[in-house]
Amino acid sequence: MNEIRVAARINGEDISRTVEPRMLLSDFLRGPAGLTGTHVGCEHGVCGACTVLLDGEPVRSCLMLAAQIDGCAVTTVEGLAGVAGEPDVGALHPIQRAFHETHALQCGFCTPGILLSVAAFLEETPRPTRDEVREAISGHLCRCTGYHNIVEGVVRAAELLAEGP
Amino acid sequence: MLRVEDARLLTGRAPFIDDIEPAGTLHVAFVRSDMPHAKIRSLDISRAADHAGVSAVVTAEDLGDLCRPGPVLVPPPPIDGAIFNARTALPLAREVVRHQGEAVVAIVAESRYVAEDAAALVDLDLEPLDAVADLDRALDADAPLVHEDLGSNLAAHVRQTKGDYAAARAHADVVIGRTFRYDRGVSAAIENRGVIADWDGRDGRLTVWDTTQAPIPVRNALAALLGLPESCVRVVAPFIGGGFGPKIMFYAEELIIPWLSMRLGRPVKWIEDRYENFFATTQERGQTHESELALDAEGRILGVRDVFLHDTGAYDPYGLTVPINSQCTLLGPYRVPAYESEFRVAFTNKPVVTPVRGAGRQHGVFVMERLLDFGARELGLDPVEIRARNLLGPDEFPHDHEILYQDSAPLTYDSGNYRPSLEEAARRIGFAGFDGERAAAAAEGRCIGLGIVNYVEGTGIGPYEGARVTVEPGGTVSVVTGVGTQGQGHFTTFAQVVGAQIGVDPGKIRVVTGDTSEFHWGTGTFASRGAVVAGSALHAAALSVREKILQHASRALEVDPEDLVLEDGEARVRGAPDVRIGLGELASRANPLRGAVQPGTEPGLEAAAYFGPARGTTANGVHALVVEVDDETSDVTILRYVVVHDCGTVINPMIVEGQIHGGVALGIGNAFYEELLFDEFAGAGNASFMDYLLPTATDVPAIETAHLETPSPLNPLGTKGVGEAGAIPVAAAFAQAVEDALRENAPGLEIVDIPLSPGKLFALRNPADGGEDS
Repeated sequence: MNEIRVAARINGEDISRTVEPRMLLSDFLRGPAGLTGTHVGCEHGVCGACTVLLDGEPVRSCLMLAAQIDGCAVTTVEGLAGVAGEPDVGALHPIQRAFHETHALQCGFCTPGILLSVAAFLEETPRPTRDEVREAISGHLCRCTGYHNIVEGVVRAAELLAEGP
Repeated sequence: MLRVEDARLLTGRAPFIDDIEPAGTLHVAFVRSDMPHAKIRSLDISRAADHAGVSAVVTAEDLGDLCRPGPVLVPPPPIDGAIFNARTALPLAREVVRHQGEAVVAIVAESRYVAEDAAALVDLDLEPLDAVADLDRALDADAPLVHEDLGSNLAAHVRQTKGDYAAARAHADVVIGRTFRYDRGVSAAIENRGVIADWDGRDGRLTVWDTTQAPIPVRNALAALLGLPESCVRVVAPFIGGGFGPKIMFYAEELIIPWLSMRLGRPVKWIEDRYENFFATTQERGQTHESELALDAEGRILGVRDVFLHDTGAYDPYGLTVPINSQCTLLGPYRVPAYESEFRVAFTNKPVVTPVRGAGRQHGVFVMERLLDFGARELGLDPVEIRARNLLGPDEFPHDHEILYQDSAPLTYDSGNYRPSLEEAARRIGFAGFDGERAAAAAEGRCIGLGIVNYVEGTGIGPYEGARVTVEPGGTVSVVTGVGTQGQGHFTTFAQVVGAQIGVDPGKIRVVTGDTSEFHWGTGTFASRGAVVAGSALHAAALSVREKILQHASRALEVDPEDLVLEDGEARVRGAPDVRIGLGELASRANPLRGAVQPGTEPGLEAAAYFGPARGTTANGVHALVVEVDDETSDVTILRYVVVHDCGTVINPMIVEGQIHGGVALGIGNAFYEELLFDEFAGAGNASFMDYLLPTATDVPAIETAHLETPSPLNPLGTKGVGEAGAIPVAAAFAQAVEDALRENAPGLEIVDIPLSPGKLFALRNPADGGEDS
């Protein structure tokens, strides 16, 4: 099968790989790019687990082809806090810290996608109401938390972000 | 205390199954039946086998001796007169397929993309057979047969009784009889299943990574089936993206993938996709109950009779666990002098039924709570009053229900204090003032209603779990246990249990679960038992290590053990905290390079311990909610939701509340959104997240929780399980609330079928408009 070259800036790093034209973005990130924090739950764009930021906008990486990110900037969960090595609670991004403080994750499988959606949401809506938060995360399925603590986590994240670093 | 596992999960660094890929891994795709019942007329794999990049194409014939029915995982309890006909699936179907999604061919290729390309080249010719789709007709004499050799579709027949129901009924002032149906949904863990196997032919060792809730039984089964010593098979359950029951099975893929790795000498990986998950992963629900409640004039229960049919799908590998849970949990927190319960289990051509969070308990609770609602209506009692009159009192424990539970032990409640739970829930939901609130809403043209129901949950059953606690010379405390973990916060809860005994910050304790190379005695995570059974084993191991620490510290510091306190990772002399020694130093001294270990002692600061409860503990609780029903569209919105629960001593309130929240959300899905819809041929038409509606953040309300703590006398921690509690009573509460909301606009409305949905509720209220389902 013919192959094409994809060059993109992923989590601030320029990478270039040769892939099959049909390769999904989610498979590209998890495979050739080595970023397995992006999870795949349904492969038909409903569960939201595979959400990443493409030039700052949340997208479902299972509904895009790797070829479509050529020349773009992508942020995955690994790039959210920019911490390398063994993760430490103190080095987390404020949204991650807020999720930790409010027990907004259980199995953690859907969490990376939610974190990225929330990052984009809080950019636009820095002081959301709880109803706005529910609307904003309603494109994500979580089977463990019942969403209650995710809502609390997003509200807390807004507070932490407002406090600044 | 906050969770210690969060940082890895939040940064995407926690390894889930699909994140694991040894060098040189081959990938598998399965060809599965797209028909619910069919004869395999012909199967041609030649084009697939010739496809570039394909390493192997495997059918039932290739499996040889391994192509035999899988194990029955849970033996049925020894109930007098019980019939149980075991029929389990072959790893790959041969001659006939009995449900959609049954695997027929496995294709191994250099990538999943290529494996799926080749799957499309397999020529599988299926001849459709008549299918058993309707549970209510599955046992009819003229029903098609799922298993021809059996002569009928009867998988099991069990009758358990207590007291004399016929006599109770004869004395009753009111007898309420209804038919109830509770239909199918899926567990829908957001992570699908997966298996990776890596056979090392030089060492004769097999390593398997598996999304299992029970790695030790999987290891034992694999060793037996593949002819390997158990010590040469390592099964690792990595981080798992939700379990909810179906990940406890022993599936065909768990055998085929390791076998392929041994045969090909390469690591082999299979990750289930979402479509497969709707059929190849087990699911639950599907019962029809004919039930009767006999009451006296004051609303006191004289007896209950319940005859039900249970749909087990095409096979019954998990024994009788689900229907027995329904049978036993029906009794709830109530005094029931006479109980006559009989169920038949039927094979159908639908995917296999095994426990899903709640595991049959919801059906029993739904039946009993609905009967009480209808009884209360008949007698003019309110829903709280009729329940309060029938609760077991705090002095009635242990309470023997005189029937057997799923663990083969007598159904005996260990402890409980039910009335305060009911009163607290009634207070928090605003039951006393609700008539006024409902009337005020009605004046604005809004229909609101309240539901309040009880449940009990048998939890924390045996047989046993084990654990080992080690203080390492560097001071690291390592804790291992055999149960798998799927997001329940075990890393934190288990560290808390151990840390409390040896004076170490739980954040500094390394917990390993679900790796048979680290610990290989135990059964798994199911029946809301992790914190109870594994937690108690950890507690016992920690106490032994504490004893060793005190002995060594007493020698080192030359004081009596009674004068020592353990805190901050050190042994300190009480009243003289500067006289102290670190646990790491003590661990080094306990493992000398020269000299001798004291006679009668063991080296190191380490202990293993086991805990096997004689029977399970009984948790309980009350759910109360207020709903608003749109009078025009019949859409239902939950306005508030209260859970008061009692799971004995709470180790980590934050984690317990999280378990409740998640359970309630799953229960709301089951009650109102989720239903796998089968056609008359047993084919499912909505097997995608586009069409199978999981509740989202806008469907689930904020949930108010309160804990009461009635300790269990059956374990040293006093804990009871909580994992499934949130999911169990939701449908019953939901139905009561919707009826209450429509008491004026649809008087006499009775909700006896779950799942409800806006479409079904609309149809119930408007039978003339046709019963178009949503």
